[in-house]
Amino acid sequence: MKLPDLTGLALRNLRESFLRNSLTTVGIAVGVASLVAMLSLGIGLQELASRRLVKSGLFDTVVVTSRRDLRNFGREEERNGPAPGESRILDEPTRQAIERLPNVLEASPDIRFITELRYEDKPHLTMIAALPDSAKSNDAFDGMQGKFFSSDIAPEVVLQKAFAEELLGKTRTPGAAEINVAELAPPLLGKELTMRYAQREVAIQPPLARAENPSGEEHDMAGAAYSVISREQKLKIVGIADLDPESMRGPTRARVFLPLQLAESLHVMQPADLREISQAANGQPVYSSVNVRVKDPKDVQTIEDAIKKMGFNTFSILDASRGLRQFFAVLYAFLAIFGSLALAVASIGIVNTLVMAILERRREIGIMKAIGASDGDVKKLFFAEAGAMGILGGIVGVGLGWAIGQVINFGTNIYLRKQELPPEHFWSVPWWLVAFAILFAFGVSLISGLYPAGRAARLDPVQALRYE
Amino acid sequence: MDRHTDSSLPNGAPAIRIEDLCRHYHMGETVIRAVDGVSLDVRGGAFVALLGSSGSGKSSVLNLIAGLDRPTSGNVLVQGRNLAQLSREELAKYRLHTVGMVFQSFNLIASMTLAENVELPMRFAEVDRAKRDGLTREALARVGLQARMNHRPSELSGGEQQRAALARALINRPQLLLADEPTGNLDSHTGTEIMNLIGEFNQQFGMTVVMVTHERALAERYAQRLIFLADGKLVGDEANAPAVAGFASQGEHR
Repeated sequence: MKLPDLTGLALRNLRESFLRNSLTTVGIAVGVASLVAMLSLGIGLQELASRRLVKSGLFDTVVVTSRRDLRNFGREEERNGPAPGESRILDEPTRQAIERLPNVLEASPDIRFITELRYEDKPHLTMIAALPDSAKSNDAFDGMQGKFFSSDIAPEVVLQKAFAEELLGKTRTPGAAEINVAELAPPLLGKELTMRYAQREVAIQPPLARAENPSGEEHDMAGAAYSVISREQKLKIVGIADLDPESMRGPTRARVFLPLQLAESLHVMQPADLREISQAANGQPVYSSVNVRVKDPKDVQTIEDAIKKMGFNTFSILDASRGLRQFFAVLYAFLAIFGSLALAVASIGIVNTLVMAILERRREIGIMKAIGASDGDVKKLFFAEAGAMGILGGIVGVGLGWAIGQVINFGTNIYLRKQELPPEHFWSVPWWLVAFAILFAFGVSLISGLYPAGRAARLDPVQALRYE
Repeated sequence: MDRHTDSSLPNGAPAIRIEDLCRHYHMGETVIRAVDGVSLDVRGGAFVALLGSSGSGKSSVLNLIAGLDRPTSGNVLVQGRNLAQLSREELAKYRLHTVGMVFQSFNLIASMTLAENVELPMRFAEVDRAKRDGLTREALARVGLQARMNHRPSELSGGEQQRAALARALINRPQLLLADEPTGNLDSHTGTEIMNLIGEFNQQFGMTVVMVTHERALAERYAQRLIFLADGKLVGDEANAPAVAGFASQGEHR
């Protein structure tokens, strides 16, 4: 029998015992729906988690430091690094070399310094750090008031909430409610700060700025001469961050942020300069550390290895993310097992329905054989019926699973809103899951049809015709 | 063992040759010999009646000729092919293309309309979809049921059902029509109608007909040859001049 005939015949047979076949199909649909619901919850949660983690910038970042740098990560150096004297300097060509490694998005120098900011003539001493343009997608800027830097060179600053409070002269009493960032923003946004800083200049460069700034002094250290010039820079407050983008940095965390290129152009004197000045004589900037962003957290390990081979120390929070992935793999497996159980129950329903159909249609099978149906025709017909129920159940089930997911997602978001948390999309039904679920239902149905179809095909036509 | 040959027919080759055919069933310890050493030749185009009381083995012989059952021993050759040696698949093909069957209980599929019932063997034979509709109409028109195409069997009288069954049996143009008590469930008037149709097919298309019946009078009216079975054995073989006008003449083959 040809496929269209077979399908047509199977569908008309299914319509004949409509109620029973629909109930069987609903059984499959419920099985598929639970499978889809379980898996899409797992996938959605994992996506949510990795979205959050990627945004946090913790899991796709490798911090590179020179092994000469005793200030940071010294413990690691003692364990695995070569002697500091053999290590290379972390300068601009090195940064570019790291940026050229495969799967590296960017390698930005870590520029941070402590200096004085004046606001309404009051001085405030704080740590300032430079941020690359890409940092605006960091989730620390979720809920930020104002906006991120208009360009990478703009004379603008983003303040951390706590520093904004300090500028406004508010002091935090312990146990007081967290101050709403929206209240801090209006009086500060658009206002100007004056940053006073020390500019480093290597002596071989013509001291251009000296004329305008007579307070400059000349230093002579480690045989290389450079000048430190006191300078001022006006900065406009464009944003106030609700969260702390550098909460993980501990004591070196900054409370005021500058665009990276602007910070580089200022040549602010940094602690590392004191040591590296002899090597910096060629005029190339030297960095105490470089933040490397990778395309995918899974690339972190290979990139770390590559950078270590170049002779630098690296640091990442890779192990934590590895543990997280393992957790999700286990969660997946459990959810899939529970979903499959429901489908297994549904497949028993298919076997039952088809075996019943054989008993009921014994005579019909006998007639079909008498008029020339082969064993194969009968078998294929039963397979087609099982397969049709499977596909139908699969499609309905995917729809049902999706709907269940939407309802749960909706309900949870109502709850989140009540808790004053932002809504989240933690439910994901990717296309591959839709295809997989339907194919899986089809496959399970065909397997369920194996026994009934074989039994129907083997029926003795003489016996079957005698059956009333 | 005697070979009973229908020697009165003009073209000599037998359409059906049965050689020492046995079909035994085991019921616990006892062996039931439903067919026990039957040999016979049936010429192409003949109308043969298999007569006997119930349990005489006549239906078993018919099922063996139809390829629905396999012999315990002996051979059934139809147009030179030994059915005992065919695979299940080949037997299905044989039933599909060479044999048409009608039964006492009509055996139409209750869930299908007449048109679908008649079309079904063409689906198995993978006849072109485009051709099937026309052939179905034609076949139903031939048995006078064109107006009933879309009715289900339960909506029809016994006679109409049997006519539809005949249309279905003939749709793939078989050479052999096997009828198992075709009038058993019909009143004598409709029975006659059906028998006239079968006779027509035998006459017009030269189709070989083997009919099982227990009514001798019916057999004598239509068949050219009466074969008697008792206890699975062949006990009589008579030539017969059909009483119905036009059925005596031979040789009006297709």
